[in-house]
Amino acid sequence: MSITLHLLKMNTDLKNLVIQIRRDILRMVHNVNSGHPGGSLGCVEFFVTLYKRILNIGSDQINKDVFILSNGHISPVYYSILARTGHFDINELNTFRKIDSRLQGHPTNHDGLPGVNISSGSLGQGLSVGIGVALSKKLNNDDSIVYVLTGDGELQEGQNWEAFMFAAAKNVDNIIVTVDLNGQQIDGSTKDVLDIGNLNLKLESFGWEVLEIKDGNSLDEIYKVISNAKEKTFKGKPIVVLMKTVMGNGVDFMMHTHDWHGKAPNDEQLEIALSQNPETIGDY
Amino acid sequence: MEKYINQGSKDTRSGFGEGLTELGRTNKEVVALCADLTGSLKMEVFAKENPNRFFQTGIAEANMIGLAAGLATGGKIPYTGTFANFSTGRVYDQIRQSVAYSNKNVKICASHAGITLGEDGATHQILEDIGLMKMLPGMTVINTCDFNQTKLATTGISNFDGPVYLRFGRPKVPNFTSVTDGFNIGKGILLKEGLDVTIVATGHLVWESLEASTELEKKGISVEVINIHTIKPLDEDIILESVSKTGCLVSAEEHNIFGGLGESISRLITTKFPSPQEFIGTRDTFGESGTPSDLMNKYGLNSTSITKSVIDVLKRKR
Repeated sequence: MSITLHLLKMNTDLKNLVIQIRRDILRMVHNVNSGHPGGSLGCVEFFVTLYKRILNIGSDQINKDVFILSNGHISPVYYSILARTGHFDINELNTFRKIDSRLQGHPTNHDGLPGVNISSGSLGQGLSVGIGVALSKKLNNDDSIVYVLTGDGELQEGQNWEAFMFAAAKNVDNIIVTVDLNGQQIDGSTKDVLDIGNLNLKLESFGWEVLEIKDGNSLDEIYKVISNAKEKTFKGKPIVVLMKTVMGNGVDFMMHTHDWHGKAPNDEQLEIALSQNPETIGDY
Repeated sequence: MEKYINQGSKDTRSGFGEGLTELGRTNKEVVALCADLTGSLKMEVFAKENPNRFFQTGIAEANMIGLAAGLATGGKIPYTGTFANFSTGRVYDQIRQSVAYSNKNVKICASHAGITLGEDGATHQILEDIGLMKMLPGMTVINTCDFNQTKLATTGISNFDGPVYLRFGRPKVPNFTSVTDGFNIGKGILLKEGLDVTIVATGHLVWESLEASTELEKKGISVEVINIHTIKPLDEDIILESVSKTGCLVSAEEHNIFGGLGESISRLITTKFPSPQEFIGTRDTFGESGTPSDLMNKYGLNSTSITKSVIDVLKRKR
């Protein structure tokens, strides 16, 4: 296969995976009439790029990249990508939020779910944890990278700013933090609830290298910017990527609103949402 | 049975510092974090000898706990150090989610526990930390009684995989346990055998209990004294064996009677061997400024109060 054909096939595969993961998210939350579809749908392209093109998470335990999800409520997209990259059987997605499941409402390693390193859900803790993992890698002379995803509303938690300050002061430069800037939180837009202000300037002044993804629902742009971020690791500064996403992306009535932060679609809504995302590689 | 004598008063936090120094030299996976209290926690030697394995976090305890959870995720054995107040209540949710629920091998080492921190007063003292920590599923809770035991506990917990809360104090107190005692998590130590009454004590109150027992022996009362360093998991056998012989019990701790060791014992004996119990501890109150000994006297955390409680509990014995 020529390089062009290969790239075309990869693009098609990734796009198909994106659509399949959207279906997983919608079906999982509908199945238990609870969960967080909005933020999950907004981050599908990010997770697909991260797990299919960025992370080195082979069976080799040493020099393995680590991903920490801080905004644990977007567990549907996390569980779907983990299942669809072979961490556990995709049929286990059917147990999401049910009794005796490893797929808790918010992710946890407590019940031994493969691919999950830490519990998250109570917001604002993942950044510190990620920096701690990065420190352990430095002690081990391990040249792999720690990736962290946080929400934007979550940055209202003060612990993040302790962590931002620490990583820059201690030159923790083997970490790439992505902030999901969807501009929404439970009570409304982040601007209305508690304006975070100019995050770019804030983080630069905290000593971080700041990159931006203008369209966080573009597979190409996410890959380009995260690859660029990787080039900037091990140069003395921690790296943060500000990624603008659309909450509810891929389902027209869920987009550009905070209404679907923590609400599941009913039967009719599910049908419409799924019809906008026809089955690709197969439902669980 | 061995007679316990004071080998010379020392602070328990120095026992922690020496234990940590030893770990720095013997276990390369041990790392330490401190939130701007390196001198108070006696962590300077570890920091100096292992600059790469020591993390000064600044006055940011929440981040410190998160960093420790991350270091443990990466296979390290992190020891965090700050005052007991800032090790528990201030960072409860971080400990709950990132350490306890995530079952991370983090050792939360808490100095200046209880009221004997002294003059700084109630904002820096804490009498609720044992309760806070013992309620967390999977958390091991240890409160040591003297320098030797603290040093042994500090090194001992490195061999145990799981979250641990290690509580110790500020003032110099009698150092009376033996360095050859060893340290077994969850095992109480029978310090003195007796027939009439059992005193179960933890932390600084263990020495006070031994002092009380000497006074009581003079009155012809035979006292058994048990040193409980691990409050959770509790050594149920040693307590039940003793109380089934003596038939009554006094618990003693530098902590609120709500949520402390005494309540754990009470739950145990109520279900297994109902017996009269008296509680030495603070009575649902904050502390205040004062010298450690003035505070211990005012709040009834001394041998005199223990002696009185023994006499009271004996009156209720069937």
